[in-house]
Amino acid sequence: MLDSTQTLGRNTLQRLEKLGRSCLFILRVLTGFPDVFLRFRLLTAQIYSVGVLSIVIVSVSGFFVGMVLSLQGYNVLSDFGAEQTLGVMVAASLVRELGPVVTALLFAGRAGSALTAEIGLMKATEQLSGMEMMAVDPLRRIISPRFFAGVISMPLLAALFSMVGVIGGYFVGVDLLGVDEGAFWSQMRAKIDFHDDIINGIIKSFVFGVVVTWIAVFEGYDALPTSEGVGRATTRSVVYSALAVLAWDFVLTAMMYGDK
Amino acid sequence: MQQSKVLETWVGLFVVLGIVSLFFLAMKVSNLADLHVKDDSYRLFARFQNVGSLRERAPVSMAGVRIGRVSSIRFDNKTYDAVVEMRIEPQFNTIPTDTTANILTAGLLGEQYIGLSAGAEEAYFKDGDEIELSQSALVLEEVISRFLFNKAEGGSEKKDSPQSNPSEDDHSEHKTKGASVKDEVVTNADHKKKSGAR
Repeated sequence: MLDSTQTLGRNTLQRLEKLGRSCLFILRVLTGFPDVFLRFRLLTAQIYSVGVLSIVIVSVSGFFVGMVLSLQGYNVLSDFGAEQTLGVMVAASLVRELGPVVTALLFAGRAGSALTAEIGLMKATEQLSGMEMMAVDPLRRIISPRFFAGVISMPLLAALFSMVGVIGGYFVGVDLLGVDEGAFWSQMRAKIDFHDDIINGIIKSFVFGVVVTWIAVFEGYDALPTSEGVGRATTRSVVYSALAVLAWDFVLTAMMYGDK
Repeated sequence: MQQSKVLETWVGLFVVLGIVSLFFLAMKVSNLADLHVKDDSYRLFARFQNVGSLRERAPVSMAGVRIGRVSSIRFDNKTYDAVVEMRIEPQFNTIPTDTTANILTAGLLGEQYIGLSAGAEEAYFKDGDEIELSQSALVLEEVISRFLFNKAEGGSEKKDSPQSNPSEDDHSEHKTKGASVKDEVVTNADHKKKSGAR
């Protein structure tokens, strides 16, 4: 009894300590903000590996998600004779929810895990300590460019996802199922508001970008410097990112659309 | 060096792709392209007793064509009316001053919008004018309750007839709907007596 209480207490303290470490860590990363733009090369290299290499997976999944939404939506909406609103349904669900959320989940799997593994391995092979020995701050040289690359890439990828998704929905809805093309676009444009839907979607994807990249770089930096530790850190990075994205999505949705 | 050039080109393409997607979402998917007409549009006001579920940014249309949007709805606490401000696009500047403003519903359950039906006056509305003739929103609950009320009234009239039906075969029966209750009771009693005697 006493033992289990002690374990609970120790776990809680460890979690809190980790949370505190991650907050201090992110503050130090954020202070590296000016350096990132002084060494622009580092940032572009990271945007390439984090963003450009994710384009294919994001656009392909976006296309399929859009097609599935259109197909399922058509089945339900045609019962009410409301196929004309298919475009609204596809675009609203993509721009508000699926675009940011699914992109963030893919991003955590495709880019976040790679970041964690890379940084964790750097730590395990003592490259980070080596840098410190040379009086180079690894946080500014290694972590900051990766963090900002993730934060910049995420909204762009989410916008790409939504766009490709709408095109996929258009393809299935209009070309295959025969919804009227004019109604598809005009209803969409009448119902989707730029500020309420598009801007809020971008804010969401920005927040998810911060959350996912933060977790990824912190887990890598905080990993035990062994091969097992790096493996665990990579798993934790993906799991925590997915949970954090879904939880934050609820909070953000409640804040943005809750009072209507 | 060559390597980093390729890399930078890819990053550049990525950023362009992202911005193009945003532009697509803004222009093609959302209503941003329709919003900036506000600048040189002119205002019209209309008072309604009840605006129903009319919302800001609802369309204002004439003959089914959208000519503007509702820009604000406020409550006038002196006259207890709703004052609706509309923004009409500048090219539609020949709306007669005896035009009627109705709050209509798109489809059976669709959203509400303002429909203007043109009058015959020679003078035209200018910025800030008020539309004098207006018709309130059709609130579905009111319509249903009126319908049910009428139905209930009609129903009670019909209820009388089956009561008088048993006495139809009675030769003394030439009762009308306006007959007094006393009469009815008497005829009913008569009828009972007769049927008992049979």
